[in-house]
This record gives sequence, structure tokens and C-alpha cells, in this order.
Amino acid sequence: MIITMTINGGQRTVEVNTPTSLLNVLRDRLELEGSKQACEQGECGSCSVVLDGELVCSCLVMATDCDGSTLTTVEGLGDEDTLHPVQQALVQAGGVQCGFCTPGFVVAAAALFDEHPHPESDVIKEELAGNICRCTGYGAILRALEELAARP
Amino acid sequence: MTVPTTPDTQTAPASAEQRVNAGIGRSVLRPDGIPKVKGNFAYVSDLQAEGMLHGATARSPFAHARLVSIDLTPALAMNGVKAVIVQDDVPGTAMYGLEHRDQPVLCDGTARYWGEPVAVVAAEDPETAKHAAAAIVMEWEELDTLDDPEEADAIDSVFRRVKVRRGDQDAHGEVVIEGYYEVGTQDQAPLGPEAGLALPDGEGGVDLYGTSQWVHADHEQIVAALGLQPDQIRCHPAGIGGAFGAREDMNLHIHCCLLALVTGRPVKMVYDRAESFAGHVHRHPARMWYRHEANRDGTLVRVQAKLLLDGGAYMSTTGAVIGNATYFAVGPYKVDSVAIDGVGAKTNNPPCGAMRGFGAVQSCFGHETQMDRLAAELAMDPMVLRRLNALQQGDPMSTTGQIITDSLPTVDVMDALVAMPLPDDTDSDNPLHLPGGTGLTTSRSHVRRGVGYGVSIKNIAFSEGFDDYAEARVVLTSVGAEVHTAAIEVGQGLVTVCAQIARSALGLEHVAVVFDDTSSIGSAGSTSASRQTQLTGNAVLEAARRVREMALERIGGDDLTDAGVWRNGELIMSLDALYDAGPIEFTARYRHPATFEADENGQGTLHAGFAIAAHRAVVEVDPELGLIRVVRIDTAQDVGRVLNPQSVIGQIEGGILQGVGLAYMEELVIQKGKILNASFTDYLLPTFLDAPDVEAILIEEPGEWGPFGAKGVGEPPTISSTPAVAAAIRDAVGKPLNRVPILPEHIVGV
Repeated sequence: MIITMTINGGQRTVEVNTPTSLLNVLRDRLELEGSKQACEQGECGSCSVVLDGELVCSCLVMATDCDGSTLTTVEGLGDEDTLHPVQQALVQAGGVQCGFCTPGFVVAAAALFDEHPHPESDVIKEELAGNICRCTGYGAILRALEELAARP
Repeated sequence: MTVPTTPDTQTAPASAEQRVNAGIGRSVLRPDGIPKVKGNFAYVSDLQAEGMLHGATARSPFAHARLVSIDLTPALAMNGVKAVIVQDDVPGTAMYGLEHRDQPVLCDGTARYWGEPVAVVAAEDPETAKHAAAAIVMEWEELDTLDDPEEADAIDSVFRRVKVRRGDQDAHGEVVIEGYYEVGTQDQAPLGPEAGLALPDGEGGVDLYGTSQWVHADHEQIVAALGLQPDQIRCHPAGIGGAFGAREDMNLHIHCCLLALVTGRPVKMVYDRAESFAGHVHRHPARMWYRHEANRDGTLVRVQAKLLLDGGAYMSTTGAVIGNATYFAVGPYKVDSVAIDGVGAKTNNPPCGAMRGFGAVQSCFGHETQMDRLAAELAMDPMVLRRLNALQQGDPMSTTGQIITDSLPTVDVMDALVAMPLPDDTDSDNPLHLPGGTGLTTSRSHVRRGVGYGVSIKNIAFSEGFDDYAEARVVLTSVGAEVHTAAIEVGQGLVTVCAQIARSALGLEHVAVVFDDTSSIGSAGSTSASRQTQLTGNAVLEAARRVREMALERIGGDDLTDAGVWRNGELIMSLDALYDAGPIEFTARYRHPATFEADENGQGTLHAGFAIAAHRAVVEVDPELGLIRVVRIDTAQDVGRVLNPQSVIGQIEGGILQGVGLAYMEELVIQKGKILNASFTDYLLPTFLDAPDVEAILIEEPGEWGPFGAKGVGEPPTISSTPAVAAAIRDAVGKPLNRVPILPEHIVGV
């Protein structure tokens, strides 16, 4: 079937003939490889995207259910010259090591800050508990987002 | 956590070097940070090539079985399948292995572990490749599965036995503590999956971009396995999504190269998560029997131990891991009478190899639990007992007798940790602050708090006579300099530190790090054993110093900056003009102080350097439900000299959480050789809500040979954090708890 989605502000159309995940379509068909494939079970959050206003693991969403949807992926945050504040904060605080979880954290944290511009530390931890990082121990990610939350 | 950002100008090197802004001692930001947050950093699993095929693997469903017959025709008959390969098709030695080439590239007629690759397929798309691999018909005859390492030891099915005998073997103390301890199988669980892209060069050779920790070791094994000439294979450093030891051994690399050679087309392979668990080596599970003898004043008199680590079906690095476990079995303590026997068993369990801490993790859980029990027996404070017996610079290693010439601030580390304030008790009944979390299963009144300590020692770099070196090249350009290396950046931040070292040594700000393939530069050695900052760092330092000297000598200058060469405060030649006048570059190869194989009693100079760490854990436990929350970890670590404070803290916090994971969450459940929880749903990794607050004190006593006195920092955080958490749980619940991970049933006592 032909599905049309608005991805990062632009309209994209793709033909999907097999039962496959939104993540696979993003990565393999639409050259949006920023969303990472790490667990394929919705456990690690590396493939996080915002789908019609809701933060989801794109590995758990059937691509064919996304016809007509609006989508934000990591590629849609910030632009060529400017980083999204979450991206900037993570870079600055050392919240990036291997970086494989990073796009998922960026998308999930940006969604959190859209809703709560000044989240408390516990809220940051709870809202991002669906994103696994194996490198940082979360310390630098927390410092990055706490600093961002404290901005006026 | 406060991250110091001001440079230590007191001990910074020469004046030109102090002037550099992004040199050593500062929290210089990593150059790959921006592409990584934007999602456009290329990991191997993201790579694409025109006309590429996709590979998939058919695996053994049994831990030990004879392959009676295999029928590839159903796979070959599928539309889109371009090749199916079995062991007989592998042209060279068809064997590989990091220490010993004992593993067939594909099943050689007998599967020796569950998930062993039997055949690989290349097809036009990943789905077809997977279907084809599943369509291969394999007939098996199951054989007896040797899954008990004690049985393996009894029948001498072992990879290596290590014996240490030092001092008077008849010495005895007034107090005896005996204990038996177990460590479960931990997995590195890097987020990036195993992946490779092999590009045939049209002349019988291949360029491989693969997940790796040491491309030159991969290269050597691939060339031999496929019977090629060294210049026919080029292994390229590529984007790695974490490693922690899991990328030291190859898995899909030879398969990918061979499929590319056979089909003449690029071939990409990516393991899914379940395959990843079967496809890489794990941390060795351990069984350990300890006997400590001490006098009533707390002085250690004798330590005896038997350490049995299960290496699984193929050797991988089991020899070096059991060596480490044995040589560090006493911990950072002085004792004159020692008898340790280490055994690396060979079984039909999943192969085990490198993981952060590399053998020292297992024995640290044993010796630290023993020290706590000895302290309790003597009614001493556990840290007072440790301090009393602390091993220091100038002492002989209690196991090997090696006189420690490297800095070893054991007492400073211990004292700094003990002096850190303990967190206040809390009466918070916010479920996020309770064991069990938002499951709301406990209440504050049921929770007991415990405090525990762990101290560790670990060798830096490769040991036991291994010829361990790193090569790096510094090249002057028209705008600055490039550092060339084949060292693998797995996420730890080597890319940043190499540039910082080069900047400080050159006096230039514009320095970029370029990762070269195996045909362009010599080996940097493995990104493991906490060694790259010291090894590659030293090679970069030497090359950069020589390049600076060469630049100044060429036209008689006395200073070099990004503007060019200066003499008496005047710019005499721009960098651009200097570059046009001819290339300036230097390739340095750094070898650390020589180490040697042990004698028959395990004695000798086996190790090149050492690092100490100490951890204090504060936990809260609901003893009725067995629920645990790690509130806080305080740590002091011997880091030599801090080259990048932010990176060091990042290694410490990340390493600690892996140690915390081993203490109470992470274990591969293996039954009859089969992994039962090969997924992120069933293998529990610490989340944001499981992560304790961490406070770190960095003890800077310059090491013997690291650049600017720096020591490797990657592994120590993972080693003693585990026993510290276990000790804190024991303190909270008053049970012996001799096994990690400590699970709810161990606490509840079901």
C-alpha cells in the first residue's frame, strides 16, 4: 500500500508491501537513519519519534498504520546551523559517548521539554526511563537536562 | 557531580603548550558530539553501498550436536538469494580466534555452543536473507552437553590453568575466613548491534567496515581464515555503538568478507538483538573458593583461593581473563603467603571473553566479600582493615611478587572515599525514591538502608609478555595538524584526548583526528584494558613533539602557532607556506615497559601498570519483597593525571552503572547451554530510574609512563562498584548473599 506521511514538515510517500515497522521504513526506505535500531522490542527507546504528537518507539509501530500521520524524527530537530536546545545541552554536558542512544534521548527529551519547559529532576528521570544508555550512567544526560530546565 | 573545567597550569608542560585552549586538562568537547545528537553520525549498521546484498546466519539450535546433514537447496532456490556458504567453502585455514585460532568460521560438523553459526546467506534484501537462512534444513544428532565448569575442571577440559604460589606455604593466621562466591554471566549489551559492510575491490580483495575494538587483530585473522594476502584485506575503523569488550572478538566479519568475495557485490550484515546476545562473547561466570587467614590485629597472613571461570566453547580471551582473575585475586592488599589456582574451563556454554574489568571483576567480588567478613569477625571497621593491609608503591604484588614501580595511591584513594559525606536518611515516600519504584509495592516504613565498600586493583594495558604497542602519525597541514590512528573510538572519547594531547604538544589549536585503515597505518592495539589513552596517547605525544621540532628546525624558529613559525616574537613563516615547502610528519610507535611471562609459581614482572579505585554504596532494600534501590555511589579513583575531566567523569559514572547492574540486575540466564533471556525485555539493564547519584574524587598521582602522567580510567569504575553494592545490601538485610547478581529471591530467602 502507498502511505503518505508528513515527516519533519515535508510530505513523504512510500510504497510498503510487507508488514514492516515504521522504523524500518524510516531507515531503509526514507534514508532517515538517525532513528536507531537497537532492540526491536520497544525496550530501549533508541528509535523514539513523535507520531501525531505522541512519543513512540517506531520499532513498535506498523508502517501501514502511519498513512496520513505527522512525524518528527531526530533529523527534524534543530537545523543545519543551529542545534535544538536539547541537542546543545547534551553536547555541552558530555551527555554523548557512543551516541547510539542519543537520537532517541534527543527526541524524547525534546518532547518532554515541549510539554514541561522546566521539569524537575525526578520528572526528567521518569520521563526518560524508557531510553536506555549503556555508556554514560545517565549522569551527564541528567546534568545537561537539569541545566536546560533551569533556564528562564 | 562537579566537573572541574579549569586547567591545572601548575603541572602543565612547556609555555607554548600552556597557551593552547583545547589542550590537555580541559573538558574539551568531543568532535563527534554534534553529528551524534543530530542523528547523522554513521554507525556500521547505517552504512549503505550501491548494489549491496544483505547477509543472514543460520545457527545451531543445540549447545552440542553433530551436524548429520545439511541441505542448502531450499535456500538457494529462493528468489533473490545469491550465495549460501558453509565451512567447506571457506578457502583458508577457516579458523579464527583472538588468543588461539580454535573457532571454525562456520560449524565444522560439530556445534559446540548454542547459536554457533552454521551457514551464511547473501540475498537481495534482509527479509529474503533471513527467510533463506531459516529454510536451510539441518539434521542434528544431539551430544552430551558439558555445561558444568566443575565437571569440565574434573575431566581437564580447560583452556588454561594458572598457579600462584608465593611465600611460606605453611604460614597461618589466628583467624580464618572461608567463603564460596559466584558471579553470574554478565553481558556487555552495547546498544549498537554487531554489523559489517564488506566491499569487494574487484581484484580478489575486500574493504571491511565492521564493529571492532582492534582492526589490525581482525585483519590478521581474516587474512589467515580466508587464505588471502595481507594487502587484500583492509579493515576500516567505523562508527561503533559501544563495545565494553564485546567487539574484541570477531563474529560476522569473516562471513561478510567471504560473501562479498563470492558474490562480487557489497554485503552488509547486521545482527538483531537476539542474535547479538548469541553472537558475541560475554563476561565469564565464576565460582570462587576463598580462605583468608589473619592475625587478631587485622594483618593478613595468608590468602588461598581457587577461581573457576567458565570460558564456554571457544577460547576467545579466556587465557588472559583467568590470568587476570588469578593475579588480582588478593586485591590491593599486602600478604606474604599466597596460593591461588585459576582455571578457565572449556564447556558447551556460550563463549566468554572480554568485558570491562576483564577477570578482575570476578575475583574482586570474592576478595572484597572476604575482607568484609574478616572485618566483622575481628569487629573492625571494614575500611580500617583494608587500610591496614593496603598495597602501595614499592611493595611486591602479593600474587606475582612484582615490585610495583607505578604510582599506587591506595591509601589516598581509601582515605578520600571514607572522608566523603554520607547522604542523609530520607523519609520520602515518593515511589521514585523507594525500592520497586512506581510499582508502588513498598512503603518507607519497610525500607532498610545499608552501606558497603569495595576497593579494587587492575592492570593497565596488556600483560604477561604480550608485545603491546600503538602506532600514531602526526601530519602538519596548511591549517594545523592531523593525528592519524587506527585506534578504535567506541564512544569513550579517545578521539578527543588524542587531539588534546597533540594540541598541547604541538602548540596548535587546529588538530583533527583521522581514523586510518589497516593498510595505511600500523596497529594501535586494542581499545581495551584501559590502555588507549596511555598507549595511543603516548604515540601521539611523541609524534606531535617530533613534528613540532621538525617544523621549528626547518627554518630556525623558536615557536609554533596556528599562524605559523615564530622567531624572537616575529612570525617568520605562515603554516601555509611551511606546508608548501614540503611535508612534515612523524610516525611514532609506543611500547609500554616490557612485561614477562610468569614462572611456574606465577612469579615475575607480569604487568605494565596498575590503577586503584574504591567505591562506597548506599542502598535501600525492602527485605520482605527483596526490592533494592541503589541510592548513591561515592568513589575515589587513581587516575594519574586528568586529561579531560568531563570524559573521566563520563567513564566513571558509566562504568559504575555497569558494576551496579551486575550487583543486582544483569545476568544471562543459561540452561543446558542455551541463553533464555536474549533480549532487552528479559536481560535487565539499569534505566535512568535505577541510576544512583554518583560523586567522584579524582586522585592525581602521576603514573609511571602514561602521557603527562595519565592512567587509563575505563575499567576501575566497574570492578569494585559491584562488591560495594553487594556489601551494602548485606548490611541492610543481614544475609550472607554470596552471589551476584543479588535477586529478590536471595533476599527474601525463597
